[in-house]
Amino acid sequence: MNDTILHVQDIYKSFDGNGVLRGVSMEIREGEVVVIVGPSGCGKSTLLRCINGLEVIDSGSIYLRDEKISGRTKDLHLVRQKIGMVFQSYDLFPHMKVMDNLLLGPTKALNKSKTEVEKEALEMLERVGLKEKAYALPRTLSGGQKQRVALVRAMLMRPEILLLDEITAALDPEMVSEVLNVVIDLARGGMTMAIVTHEMRFAEAVADRVVFLEDGMIMEEGKPEEFFSAPKTQRAQHFLQSFTYASKRDKKSDKNNFED
Amino acid sequence: MGINILFKGINFQRLMGGLWVTLRLALITIGLSCVFGLLFGMLMLSKRKTATVICRLWLEIVRFMPQLVLLYIVYFGFARLFGWDLDGETSAVIVFTFWGTAEMGDLIRGALTSIPRHQFESAAALGLTKVQIYMHVLIPQALRRLLPQAINLSTRIIKTTALVKMINVTEVLKVGQQIIGQFYRQPDAAFWVYFVIFLLYFLVCWPFSLLAKYLEKRWA
Ligand SMILES: Nc1ncnc2c1ncn2[C@@H]1O[C@H](COP(=O)(O)OP(=O)(O)OP(=O)(O)O)[C@@H](O)[C@H]1O
Ligand SMILES: [Mg+2]
Repeated sequence: MNDTILHVQDIYKSFDGNGVLRGVSMEIREGEVVVIVGPSGCGKSTLLRCINGLEVIDSGSIYLRDEKISGRTKDLHLVRQKIGMVFQSYDLFPHMKVMDNLLLGPTKALNKSKTEVEKEALEMLERVGLKEKAYALPRTLSGGQKQRVALVRAMLMRPEILLLDEITAALDPEMVSEVLNVVIDLARGGMTMAIVTHEMRFAEAVADRVVFLEDGMIMEEGKPEEFFSAPKTQRAQHFLQSFTYASKRDKKSDKNNFED
Repeated sequence: MGINILFKGINFQRLMGGLWVTLRLALITIGLSCVFGLLFGMLMLSKRKTATVICRLWLEIVRFMPQLVLLYIVYFGFARLFGWDLDGETSAVIVFTFWGTAEMGDLIRGALTSIPRHQFESAAALGLTKVQIYMHVLIPQALRRLLPQAINLSTRIIKTTALVKMINVTEVLKVGQQIIGQFYRQPDAAFWVYFVIFLLYFLVCWPFSLLAKYLEKRWA
């Protein structure tokens, strides 16, 4: 049986003549969590944005299950309904209460009944510890709370795959773990995910597979225990070294306690 | 008491009639300015350089040119120059709409550009269609920003319509002066008539201003 959810096939993308993605291929299987790491500017965000059609690829192709999703324009919204995405910036709709943020996609895009989704939404909010904020406005929430709501909003669409682009990068350090713990929970629940992050301890904890991207190409990929302890390429070694120094340096202020 | 002169005969009715002329003029202007302002705002955001330059120029002109001068140009100047027989009210609608369109357009441009790009993207990522994104995410946010400012502009337009008495439109101020003329023997007539006109303007504009303040606070 073919349980590949996402298949990215040799994609290229350039901005103003600069090759940002240069022949990227990868597969993500059902229930798999793939963490994409790499230096700033290597094309991680661009890769995720190409997958859900926010950027148009120059060549190559992208499949979701057996359906080709690249090169589509007319019914792109139908594709995006099956791909959840959460960004770095707090992207809740500020004029809507938390609940209306959550209801918008399922009721308007999927035509589900409001009462049904609302019940589901409350259950999910409770699971991420935000039930009492259901009818609050986003501006009354902390950054960490907003990102948890954004995760719930994406999950309520019941996507085939969830794309997370540095969802904790804009957060105060003490809020990082409350968000990442939700992601770990989702991973345990079998959610298929592609995650871009600079939190290496989190990456190690959540990944089934790590993909190392540099200069728009996948330089190395492997199981997290192998990648983090014995990276094969020199570039990956360099990249990881910069993190060990960094994490040693802020060990004292490290409040990120993942469950495992 | 001088104020009694307002209740002699049909004077009060005449004053209200004048007020109606003022309001009708303002309402037509505001309506047209909203419609054309939307086009103006979209033109300002367009990628065509000439369109944006023309809009900028237009906006500058209405900002540095006194409205009265524009009124004279259209009412007296155009009549002579092109032989148009424009009545005062039509000239006023043209001039005020010319002005209001640019101001409203600039507000609409500001409101549209104030919405961060990732609002569009995160709505798109939810799988909403373009129309749904505009309807539920972008336009409501733009309106929240626009409405208080548009209301304030509207009160400015209402106030500015007083100028049309200079081109022989009998609006509330003009009626007031006629009434004062009737009672020229009564020294406090002018005070009372203008005081009542002041009250009328206040009663018309104040609720708008309160509404704008309320909306601003509520949507801050
Ligand atoms: N819309 C765009 N227009 C022009 N250049 C772009 C655009 N988006 C990205 N780039 C460029 O493409 C390169 C890769 O950007 P991308 O955001 O994918 O990197 P990243 O790996 O996500 O980096 P970071 O870790 O800093 O988020 C960068 O050099 C960036 O400047
Ligand atoms: Mg990025």
